[in-house]
Amino acid sequence: MRAQFVLSEIGVGLRRNLTMTFAVVVSVALSLALFGGALLMREQVSTMKDYWYDKVNVSIFLCNKGDAQSDPACTKGAVTDQEKASIKADLDKMGIVQHIYHESEDEAYKHYQQQYGKTAYASSITPDQMEESFRVKLKDPQKYKVIATAFSGRDGVQSVQDQRSILENLFSLMNGMNVAALCVMALMLVIALMLIVNTVRVSAFSRRRETGIMRLVGASSFYIQLPFIMEAAFAGLIGGVVACGMLMLGRYFLIDGGLDLQQKMQLVKFIGWDAVLSKLPLVLAIGLLMPALAAFAALRKYLRV
Amino acid sequence: MIRFDNVSKTYPKQNRPALRDVSLEIEKGEFVFLVGSSGSGKSTFLRLVLREERASHGMVHVLGKDLARLSNWKVPQMRRQLGTVFQDFRLLPNKTVAQNVAFAQEVIGRSRGETRKSVPQVLDLVGLGGKEDRMPGELSGGEQQRVAIARAFVNRPMLLIADEPTGNLDPQTSVGIMKLLDRINRTGTTVVMATHDQNIVDQMRKRVIELEKGRLVRDQVRGVYGYQH
Repeated sequence: MRAQFVLSEIGVGLRRNLTMTFAVVVSVALSLALFGGALLMREQVSTMKDYWYDKVNVSIFLCNKGDAQSDPACTKGAVTDQEKASIKADLDKMGIVQHIYHESEDEAYKHYQQQYGKTAYASSITPDQMEESFRVKLKDPQKYKVIATAFSGRDGVQSVQDQRSILENLFSLMNGMNVAALCVMALMLVIALMLIVNTVRVSAFSRRRETGIMRLVGASSFYIQLPFIMEAAFAGLIGGVVACGMLMLGRYFLIDGGLDLQQKMQLVKFIGWDAVLSKLPLVLAIGLLMPALAAFAALRKYLRV
Repeated sequence: MIRFDNVSKTYPKQNRPALRDVSLEIEKGEFVFLVGSSGSGKSTFLRLVLREERASHGMVHVLGKDLARLSNWKVPQMRRQLGTVFQDFRLLPNKTVAQNVAFAQEVIGRSRGETRKSVPQVLDLVGLGGKEDRMPGELSGGEQQRVAIARAFVNRPMLLIADEPTGNLDPQTSVGIMKLLDRINRTGTTVVMATHDQNIVDQMRKRVIELEKGRLVRDQVRGVYGYQH
């Protein structure tokens, strides 16, 4: 194996098909950026869901000592054991309830810290500021109102929340964007693959003299195919690098600079740099392997070895 | 070196076989002319030897190997022991003479030291010493064919296959090429040459194999181009 010889062949090939190489780089970069974006969006959605989100439909928050002073619903003071027991008993009697979880103040604190642990606001919170709650799973999530009318305003109940109503719209929007991104990605991917196949075809044709001679003097098929595959892999890798850059810039402009959502939406927890960085190796690997495989497949058709 | 046992070759979608029941043997060190009109099966014969094609019937042995049983990935190894020269030279126009010859060693992974040694040697042998850095376009047809022969011979093949190597050359230049092939033959390399050139065949007086419509019609030691009665 003569590395220098193979490398110079690759360089010649890439320069000869410069426009095509550019098109491959751009389409691979766009499809991978959309792919990475979709992954990050999914991660953002799961970051925004709290511990209970997927488990329950309705949360009944109970008054704590702090609420007794500040919250009009809790003027009678913190919830008593007796009130808790009667709420629990009433819930048990309701046919629409599938399951009831009880979350103590300490548990609430623990879950809160798990989700928001790193933020400055979270570290100022203490367990006794958290509210006890009943988390209710309904047989039919639409029947939230039955629980709301039964329990809001009752002694010891601070509020009844339809868990999903707050975030559901946002999540369905994000899911929609996710699906759209994946569709466009699939389309771009097809374009990228077709471009690669075409590049290989043109490249195989313009190098048919060389490959013909290689065949005759007994070069192995691996040696003959290697420059083509490396060309595609190299263009794909560049595309992958560009995609990584786009993802990092995207996070920066949406969250830190530019739109600066971090400042504007302080209660929302955004994905961190670690989430972005953890996706980059996958993006690079796909950028490298997918074009190489496409080139390999195309060679079977367009290059006799 | 080459053995054909009842070899037939029919190309797909064609009724008439390109080769029909050909049996012959070519020994190590021989110089053989392959003659016959266009479409007589000469090219098919050479393609079978190079294993560009496989025989439809019969057995082809080259360098002691049964080509029907040779798996695809071993074909390159076999071809490294063959050299090939064509009518149209098939040089790479953007590489110099020396680079063209070196290409045959580079692509089979020979070391740079080896190439540096063997390329000037073989260029001297074909009479192109001093023209290493010329481009093929600057050379005459005869010189270009010498480069092609140098490239075919640089890996010291056991067998040299020449498909009408003088087809594009004038008679005088052709004589020079034939002398070169004869010299290569004398180093022990078997040479099989397909040709239409009557003068050359008549002058050289080597073994002549004639094909006609795919059949072997003549195999003559020290033969001439046409029939001798």
